[in-house]
Amino acid sequence: MSLRGAGYIVGAWEHPTRKASDKSVTLLHAECAKGALDDAGLTKDDVDGYYCAGDAPGLGPMSMIDYMGLKVRHMDSTDVGGSSYQVAVGHALQAIQTGRCNVALITLAGRPRSEGQATGTAPRAGNPSQAEMQFEYPYGPATANMYAMCAMRHMHEYGTTSEQLAWIKVAASHHAQHNPHAMLRDVVTVEDVVNSPMVASPLHRLDCCVISDGGGALIVTRPEIARTLKRPRVKVIGVGEAPKNQNGGDVDLVYSAARWSGPPAWEMAGITPADIKYASIYDSFTITVLMQLEDLGFCAKGEGGKFVSDGNLISGVGKLPFNTDGGGLCSNHPANRGGITKIIEAVRQLRGEAHPAVQVANCDLAIAHGTGGSLGTRHVGSTVILERE
Amino acid sequence: MAYVQRKIPFVGTPDTNPETRPFFDAAAEGKLVLPQCVQTKKFIWYPRGISPFTLGPIEWKEVSGKGKIYTYSVMERANPPYCIAYVELAEGPKMMTNIVDVDFKDVKIGMDVKLKFIKAEGDGPAMPFFTPA
Repeated sequence: MSLRGAGYIVGAWEHPTRKASDKSVTLLHAECAKGALDDAGLTKDDVDGYYCAGDAPGLGPMSMIDYMGLKVRHMDSTDVGGSSYQVAVGHALQAIQTGRCNVALITLAGRPRSEGQATGTAPRAGNPSQAEMQFEYPYGPATANMYAMCAMRHMHEYGTTSEQLAWIKVAASHHAQHNPHAMLRDVVTVEDVVNSPMVASPLHRLDCCVISDGGGALIVTRPEIARTLKRPRVKVIGVGEAPKNQNGGDVDLVYSAARWSGPPAWEMAGITPADIKYASIYDSFTITVLMQLEDLGFCAKGEGGKFVSDGNLISGVGKLPFNTDGGGLCSNHPANRGGITKIIEAVRQLRGEAHPAVQVANCDLAIAHGTGGSLGTRHVGSTVILERE
Repeated sequence: MAYVQRKIPFVGTPDTNPETRPFFDAAAEGKLVLPQCVQTKKFIWYPRGISPFTLGPIEWKEVSGKGKIYTYSVMERANPPYCIAYVELAEGPKMMTNIVDVDFKDVKIGMDVKLKFIKAEGDGPAMPFFTPA
């Protein structure tokens, strides 16, 4: 049975903070939960399903359900990094359709900025019993240089340029200037990006996302309940999730998992990329956006550089307005996980509640795609397609 | 610019995952030994004790240590900077590594490289690196 329309996103809330030096991660989660419930017009006692991922401290749902005083009959803590929240939406639809819950709460929060994490440039030593750790950590795989290796290979195979990648940051900055909460609100040029210091070749400082504290939450519920609420109705019409890995050494770094998470979502939704009015695309780095746009079918493989150039992603200017809140590149990348803010901005667009300067006219179909993990080793792509009813 | 070798970190010991001990024992003797899937004959990276192609058995086999750079990135923010890469081995698999003893300006995709072992800091095990052939 198709999951198309099995659930609606009726609450979506992004924490306004970008530096939470006076709050715990658990408090941020709870404040996000309250914000999303207030947005939906529901209360804590309406929640009977809870979803969180690896950013939740302790034993995930067990700790958070206790802290927030929730009474639920269903929980899920699938952790696939920054795309966990797209995955959670899909899993919530399954739970709603099979009667496991009626009102699902999804939360994300973290404070890497307050904790002083050099998120992108310092390799993190994990548990040595993690099978790949002893064969990768000695080589210094940080976040930035793993994505950079994808960019380097994409440039080699398709002639993609740093200037083309820079257009992605330029578009995000045009949107961020209207977001009072965005960390980087100055409009930048292609020259600004390519002249910013090299972090991990070929990625410059302005090819990278921000490091921010914060969080967000979503409420997903069944159609009968959505119809009783006062907010504009945002129907989930397509979901897909897929892993991509190193295949035992058969590594191909010019594709992302969107190549496999996209098709089932498009098929379920019954639409094509040409129908999409607004796109939230995971933007840990500029190259992440470019590869996902290709893999989701917005342009042919290898044509991403041309597709993103000349303002094509700028709302009111180009054909595919993207990340109109400024995205991870300029606004917010809470807990180093940008999946939930992608969905939240898509909901704002579909409700007509984005900033007027970036609101897409007649926005009735949107996509919110996430990539969690590392594009250069192993990651999970997850696609959510939404319709304004 | 003169090449400066960064210290190589390592987590755990070669005994942390006992199944991969043959890799470290061979590396200590300057040999690159990888698991090969018994059924498909494909070599496997990263090393492990079971074939990801069949979930069947593997055999440890020495490889030539010859390869080409598939992709790379110079981490300019590190001190000293280093060049991470995937090298495509002559035997097939692409392995994560660093390109060492080189002016980073000269590193190119497709460049022929050869093996060099460097010991990890703190009396850690020897690990395989690559340098222009």
